[in-house]
Amino acid sequence: MNDTIVAISTALGVGAISIIRVSGNDAVRIVNKITKNKKLNNALSHTIHYDFIVDEDKIIDEVLISVMLAPKTFTKEDVVEINCHGGIATTNKVLELLLTNGCRLAEPGEFTKRAFLNGRIDLIEAEGVMDLINSKTEASRGLAINQISGKTSNLIKDLRQQIVEILANIEVNIDYPEYEDITVVTNQMLNDRLIDIEKRIKEILNKSENGKIVKEGINVALIGRPNVGKSSLLNCLLETDKAIVTDIAGTTRDCVEGTISIDGIILNIIDTAGIRETNDVVESIGVNKSIDLINKTDLVILLLNNNEKLIAEDIELLNKIKDKNYLIVINKTDLKQNIDISNLNQDKIVYISALNNSGIDNLKNKIKEIFNFDQIITSDLTYLTNARSISLLKNALKSINDIKIGLKNNLPIDMLEIDLKNVWEQLGSIIGETYEEELIDQLFSQFCVGK
Amino acid sequence: MEYEVIVVGGGHAGCEAALATAKKNHKTLLVTGRIENIATMPCNPSIGGSAKGIVVREIDALGGMMGKVADKSLLQIKMLNYAKGPAVRALRCQADKITYPKEMLKVLKNQENLDIKEAIVEDLIIDNNTVNGVILENGKKINSKIVILTTGTYLKSDILIGDTRTREGPHGEKPSNHLSDNLKKYGFKIIRLKTGTPQRIAKDSIDFSKTKIEEGDKVYHTFSFDDNPVYKIEEQIPCHLIYTTPLTHQIILENLNKSSMYGGLDDITGIGPRYCPSIEDKIVRFKDKEKHQLFLEPESLYYDDIYLQGFSTSMPRDVQEKMVHSLPGLENAIINKYAYAIEYDAIYPTQLKRSLETKIIENLFTAGQINGTSGYEEAACQGLIAGINAALKLENKEPLILKRNEAYTGVLIDDLVTKGVRDPYRLLTSRAEYRLLLRHDNADLRLREYGYQVGLIDDEKYQRLLIKKEKINNLINKLKKIKITPLQNDLLIELGSTPIKDGYALYDLLKRPEITYQKLIDKKIIDFEESEEIIEQVELNIKYEGYINKALKEANKLINLENKIIPDDIDYNKITNLASEAKQKLSEIRPTSIGQAIRISGVNPADIAILTVYLKKEYNK
Repeated sequence: MNDTIVAISTALGVGAISIIRVSGNDAVRIVNKITKNKKLNNALSHTIHYDFIVDEDKIIDEVLISVMLAPKTFTKEDVVEINCHGGIATTNKVLELLLTNGCRLAEPGEFTKRAFLNGRIDLIEAEGVMDLINSKTEASRGLAINQISGKTSNLIKDLRQQIVEILANIEVNIDYPEYEDITVVTNQMLNDRLIDIEKRIKEILNKSENGKIVKEGINVALIGRPNVGKSSLLNCLLETDKAIVTDIAGTTRDCVEGTISIDGIILNIIDTAGIRETNDVVESIGVNKSIDLINKTDLVILLLNNNEKLIAEDIELLNKIKDKNYLIVINKTDLKQNIDISNLNQDKIVYISALNNSGIDNLKNKIKEIFNFDQIITSDLTYLTNARSISLLKNALKSINDIKIGLKNNLPIDMLEIDLKNVWEQLGSIIGETYEEELIDQLFSQFCVGK
Repeated sequence: MEYEVIVVGGGHAGCEAALATAKKNHKTLLVTGRIENIATMPCNPSIGGSAKGIVVREIDALGGMMGKVADKSLLQIKMLNYAKGPAVRALRCQADKITYPKEMLKVLKNQENLDIKEAIVEDLIIDNNTVNGVILENGKKINSKIVILTTGTYLKSDILIGDTRTREGPHGEKPSNHLSDNLKKYGFKIIRLKTGTPQRIAKDSIDFSKTKIEEGDKVYHTFSFDDNPVYKIEEQIPCHLIYTTPLTHQIILENLNKSSMYGGLDDITGIGPRYCPSIEDKIVRFKDKEKHQLFLEPESLYYDDIYLQGFSTSMPRDVQEKMVHSLPGLENAIINKYAYAIEYDAIYPTQLKRSLETKIIENLFTAGQINGTSGYEEAACQGLIAGINAALKLENKEPLILKRNEAYTGVLIDDLVTKGVRDPYRLLTSRAEYRLLLRHDNADLRLREYGYQVGLIDDEKYQRLLIKKEKINNLINKLKKIKITPLQNDLLIELGSTPIKDGYALYDLLKRPEITYQKLIDKKIIDFEESEEIIEQVELNIKYEGYINKALKEANKLINLENKIIPDDIDYNKITNLASEAKQKLSEIRPTSIGQAIRISGVNPADIAILTVYLKKEYNK
């Protein structure tokens, strides 16, 4: 209850500026740690400071920081607010840095709760505070877990299983030392297992699907035969939304034709020029090229002509994308419908007319639906959860580093296990698994001990 | 009123409870089924073990007797987990099953204010939800202000062997048939649990040449902080190790349906402990395991039974004969006592306060197996706490509640009353979040102060504790002050350590993994005398300072939450915003602090937030 909490207090993706609010005893100290100039520790109350947020040496964002010291603040605790300018990805990164440096993500309604508990808000408002906590919690309950894709969540589950097996083995060595037929976990063995665990955590960190969406945007490939209207659609999309230049690493920037933003989420539209150029030569080359693209993207948009019947190439493309995340956009609704859609997945179809600029909003809504924008946008918690997951993963890596140091110093296994348990618990928090008896259950199902 | 306290049951919990109240000058009566069975060890002939050994030290630190009696009756003793680190070290001894009860009975008989009576208690005298004494089998009433139930497995106990069910206790005594029904009548939720014990084999009939010998340690140990060892290292009695054979497994699998638990009896309701599977459980659940480890443990110097640890079963006697004879060295073994399973009634422990007084009936305390635990040590520490708190209640004082960061005893009681039990509860080191703080070596530093405050530790022992604390502080200060200089770099290099450029405090030097206190003495870098006990504390605190500080920081968070008190009279139904599951759980368990409330499963952080706001609003806390 005395820890320092943090949350993004503006709706994400709406305004140009996002405000991150930090409250608690260590608010100033923690924020100071991630600034370039590191001058906040002696800052006077109610002052604003121009500075940069840094991750070690790397500059993340140019910011204004308001320092407000207790008691004249909303929560009656020390409060620091950071005005970030760099859009969703950087705001999220700043939040992540704060979490890694010792802040805890605020529970729903927690700032208000603190304001109340510290006597800032009237007693009459107490019911309101409780209602607020209740409603916000209802909305976000389970979100933290749903947020993480099944794939990532399974990776984490596997990893936790691997760790809990080692933990159970160490525990059984401790609680049943008389059993000579049970393998004793040695420092060497722990060291070997750790290499793999570390590698896998790093992989998860990189693979985290949602993190990727927020950080790097969604990669979308536009495919289809020539003259179905790919470039017209692209133009429609680009015209309605201001193109954003991104310098975020990791995108397939080499062939990004254009970048647009829908409700603050970045869409990288992948160039399909290659297909156009080679089309005249051999059809199959075009198909092969697009397959390549398909594999790199998060969403494939197959464009078909409303005015023409499906031909073999269309069918082949359809077959290639059927296991992917895809949409079928039927263009040229301004012309007569000759296309037979009876064999297509109706849920995936969106009609547009690039010429009349109609149906584009439908397409955007469909994309939002596919990637659960509702959850991401309406609840800033989604981003928070994501930053939270990432900071938890990073803290897990820190704990692994502690074990390595311990191993180097030849510390006894019971010390090393403390850090290994931390890794396991941090991973558990990400996917919402914190069943207390888990370790004990594992111990007795993995090992045969007892009178 | 003749007695202030009546303790029902003379097992490990009952003995500690009765001694505590009597020592604190409250006239106490211990009622037991059979005096000769007081403090017997109906299952394994050992005391201590991982976590449990630390509990015995805690009992001793608080002024209980288990450690002192164990020291007098041990056949062999070992320090477990020495290499695995300071937090998990614990003593385990083989205790003589004749000597231990005899010595404990001596203590009880010499205790002033304590009477012992042979009888079976079948009911309680209850007025106005307050207990006023007990009613015996013959209808006789005995009054008292406080009753402590420590009935062990004797509530409606059934012994199960193969397809037979016999209503009796572990030693063939009469169980209490009505007490648990009466408790149910008073509103207690009663659960049925099960445990088991293996065969006792005639020592002469075992061929020990086919076994591996397991000896005691070659250094002296005592459980008690006050005793000197009374045994001789070279006279310790060994245990022996054997493994099951393919034939053993075949016999068990062929006869599986004859086991009480696998179809021999179809009315089993008791839930057995996960950590004490019967041998048939082990073979069914771990199919791939070719052999299972068994220990041959001596029960006593005064008779020849060998306890066959690891072979607990509820097979019929004829199958047990075949099973035992399939073991190496036991081909011609004579079984003196067959293995059995036992089913018994227990109180669902969330019905208790952390003082171990029941919530339903005032002045009624329960401790030990009746609360759903298993193990002598688990029972004894609860008995001691129930005894202390019964006495404190008579004296109108606040109860002694040990926190999770203070003692395994605190972890155990908090787990019981906050989470309840699924199967008989055994202490494990992994149940303690702050086990680096709850060490074997510092039980006195953690708890003697409490023992002194409640009046179970005398002035002399307390003075000794104060001197020990002072010596520890002095040594730490000394090591911080004394510096080595680069002139001594030769010595450092000899120790395989990096040379230094400036003066370097011994305190910091000791943090280096390759440096030990002993090595500094050997190299005459340290030239002053100090006792091993003090050096151990200091060195441990220096070497693991980082980890210990981390644990202390975590523990402080817990203490803060524990200090946020929830008033007794809170009505959770009035808190409209609470989730209904939280309402129900909180009403049932009635936590005394926010810290305890957080540990209740089904109560989530939002509920805690709402609860804190409500407390502020209603009680302005």
